[in-house]
Amino acid sequence: MTVLFYLLALVATVATFLCITERHPVHAVVYLVTSFFSLAVIFYLLGAPLVAAFEVIIYAGAIMVLFLFSIMMIRPEVTEIDLHPGFRDWWPALLLGGILLAALGYTIFSQPLRQGTVSPGEIREFARLLFQKYGVAVEIVSLQLLFALVGAHYLGGRRR
Amino acid sequence: MIVPLEHILILAVILFLMGLACTLVRRGNLIMMLVGIEIMLNAAITAFVAGSAAWGKMDGQLFALFIIAMTSAEVSLALAMVVYLHRKRSTLNADAFSRMKG
Repeated sequence: MTVLFYLLALVATVATFLCITERHPVHAVVYLVTSFFSLAVIFYLLGAPLVAAFEVIIYAGAIMVLFLFSIMMIRPEVTEIDLHPGFRDWWPALLLGGILLAALGYTIFSQPLRQGTVSPGEIREFARLLFQKYGVAVEIVSLQLLFALVGAHYLGGRRR
Repeated sequence: MIVPLEHILILAVILFLMGLACTLVRRGNLIMMLVGIEIMLNAAITAFVAGSAAWGKMDGQLFALFIIAMTSAEVSLALAMVVYLHRKRSTLNADAFSRMKG
């Protein structure tokens, strides 16, 4: 488990570094998704399976797709998409994917999978805290999402 | 805890600094600035989850959840604004938008 954490931390750091130094925005977003996946597994190792699931579903699934969507919609000026990628373009993806696969294999084969890592009581505690202690915050967040929806509609839906 | 808290905090600090550098350096592309903000928020989430695991409290995970919800609202607005600005000036350079009315 400890080795797995350091491997995933390495993958997250390297993927983020490649993301911020990447010239093309689409490649940067894909590197960022790699980083988010390894961070999600780190959250799972730290005993937060729900946050890990939300990280994959909302961050890697929704927000990054929104990024890709807008990048493809406005087509930025730098479009030096290499049509014939050589080894230079492949090795970071191969290295990061290899480390992720090795971590996965280590988890599966090195130890028996712990059944029921998250007990239902834990989730129940989470939900009780969320909707009772922080109920006002949930309402505020829902209002904020509504405002964001209205604002995005106003900004993006304007026809000229 | 599988690893000491300090190591996770070091990871969070490294991620945060890279996000900060991305936001400050990649000013030529508004989308890369937003990507830097995402990296910084993720580092904050990592720190919250690490604290939640270190002290055995659920509150850190709840704050991570609230940060994720806040981020989705922020990104949708910011990307709508980027599309709007690109439609107006047909550039993504942040330095081109130095005046509010122009």
